[in-house]
Amino acid sequence: MHASLPDANTLIARLAESIAPTFAPETVIVGIHSGGVWVAERLHALLKCASPVGALDISFYRDDFSRIGLHPQVKPSNLPFDLENRVILLVDDVLHTGRTVRAAMNELFDYGRPASIRLAVLVDRGGRELPIRPDFAALTLEVPPHQNINLSRLDDGHLTLSLA
Amino acid sequence: MNPQLTPDGRLRHLLTLDGLPRATLTHILDTAESFMDVGEREVKKVPLLRGKSIFNLFFEPSTRTRTTFEIAAKRLSADVVNLNIATSSQTKGEAILDTVDNLSAMHADMFIVRHSQSGAAHFIARHVAPHISVVNAGDGRHAHPTQGLLDMFTIRRFKGEFHNLTVAIVGDVLHSRVARSQIHALTTLGVPEVRVIGPKTLLPTGVEQLGVKVFHDMAAGLAGCDVVIMLRLQNERMKGARLPSAQEYFKFFGLTPEKLALAKPDAIVMHPGPMNRGVEIASEVADGPQSVILPQVTYGIAVRMAVMALLAGGAST
Repeated sequence: MHASLPDANTLIARLAESIAPTFAPETVIVGIHSGGVWVAERLHALLKCASPVGALDISFYRDDFSRIGLHPQVKPSNLPFDLENRVILLVDDVLHTGRTVRAAMNELFDYGRPASIRLAVLVDRGGRELPIRPDFAALTLEVPPHQNINLSRLDDGHLTLSLA
Repeated sequence: MNPQLTPDGRLRHLLTLDGLPRATLTHILDTAESFMDVGEREVKKVPLLRGKSIFNLFFEPSTRTRTTFEIAAKRLSADVVNLNIATSSQTKGEAILDTVDNLSAMHADMFIVRHSQSGAAHFIARHVAPHISVVNAGDGRHAHPTQGLLDMFTIRRFKGEFHNLTVAIVGDVLHSRVARSQIHALTTLGVPEVRVIGPKTLLPTGVEQLGVKVFHDMAAGLAGCDVVIMLRLQNERMKGARLPSAQEYFKFFGLTPEKLALAKPDAIVMHPGPMNRGVEIASEVADGPQSVILPQVTYGIAVRMAVMALLAGGAST
C-alpha cells in the first residue's frame, strides 16, 4: 500500500504551486504539530515567506481530552509574530475529521484575531465530521475509516507518506 | 496498592509523593513544562477543564497556595470555588465528610484540600465518588506534594539533571511537610546525595531512614552543594523550648552570603515561602543572583496546572 502513495516531497511542491498565485508576502504560515510543521517549513521556503514559520500544538484544545487525556509529549506552540489582522496559511499533513483544524483555529484566536485563515493540507483523506474544507490540497483520496495515512520524517529530513 | 493510582497506573489523586513511581513524577514535570507557555500568552487560558468544578477546600489558611491553585485552575478554564473553613470541631471526621458530600452533590469534579491534620486529604480521598479527584495542598506535618513537585521542576529547569546533584534542605525538617515531600521526590528522581541540615531539636529522629545525610553544622552541610533549600521557620517554634531565639537561630542556621559561599559557585537557593528574612535567610541571599525563589512561584502555577490536567484527563505512564 505504501508504494501506491505519491512522493511527499513532490506533493509539497505541487501544493506550493497551487498556493503561490494568491500568496501575499505578508501572509504568515503556521503548521500543526508534527507533520503539519514539517510541511509548513517546506512551504515557507518554496513560497519565500518573509515572516518566520509558526507551530501549533493543539493538545490543550482537543475535544476528546476528557476521554483520552493529554498527549504524553505536548510541545509548546510557537507563534513568533503578531496574529492580529494577519492572513494565516494554516498547514496540516492530513485532513480527516476536521477536529484538529477546529482545535487549531480555536487556539489561533487565543493569540489574536486574524484577518483570515486559509487551510492547506498535503492529503485530504475524507471522513469529515465537521464542516471544514481545505483551500488547498495536494492530493484527495478516500481512505477507509480503519486505515491511517501517516507522514514521517527520516533523520536526513526526507518526508514519507504511508498507509497503515 | 497505592491509593493514588488506578490499577492501570493512571493518577487518580495526588496525596503524597511517597511511593509514586519515577515515571509518574517525570510525566508531571514534562507536562508542566508544556504549560509554561500558557502563562506568557496574552490570553492566559486553555480550554482543557472547561465545565469542570474545582473546590479549594482550605481548612487551614494559606493565601499563596490557595491563590496559585486558583490561578492554575482558571488557566485551565475550570470553575473555581474557594472555601476557607475555620479549623474547629466542625471540621473533623463526620463533619468534613458532610461538607464533602454537600459539595459532591453540587457536582464537584476535584477537591484541593489543605488541613492542619496529617492524613486529612487521604481521608477525603477514601470517601469521594469515583469521578472526583483529590489534591493534597498540605496536611499537617505529612505532605505537600505540589510544593515538592514545583521544587523538582525548579531544580530541573536550573540544573538540567538530577543524577549528579547534591541537595541540602536546611531548617525545621521536623515540622515540615514540604521537606518530607522534597525528600521523597529527590530520592525517587535519583539525586545521589540529599542532606538535611538543622539543630537536633528540629530534625526528626531516624530521618536517615529516608535516605538522607544529617548535618548539624551549616559549613559542613553546605560544602559542595548544588542546591540549597531553605525551610520556613514557624514562629511558634521560637516560643517552645526547641530554639533559644531567632537571632541565635540565624547565627547558626540562617543562610548568609558567607555561608552560601561554601556551596558550589553556581548553587541555587530555594525557599517555599513566605520567608522570614533575617531568621532563616538573609535578604542579600533572598534577593541575590543565586536565588530562584520567585521563579519557584511562577513554576508553581504550571506544575499545578499539570497535576489538575493529568487528574482530570488521566495520567497514563
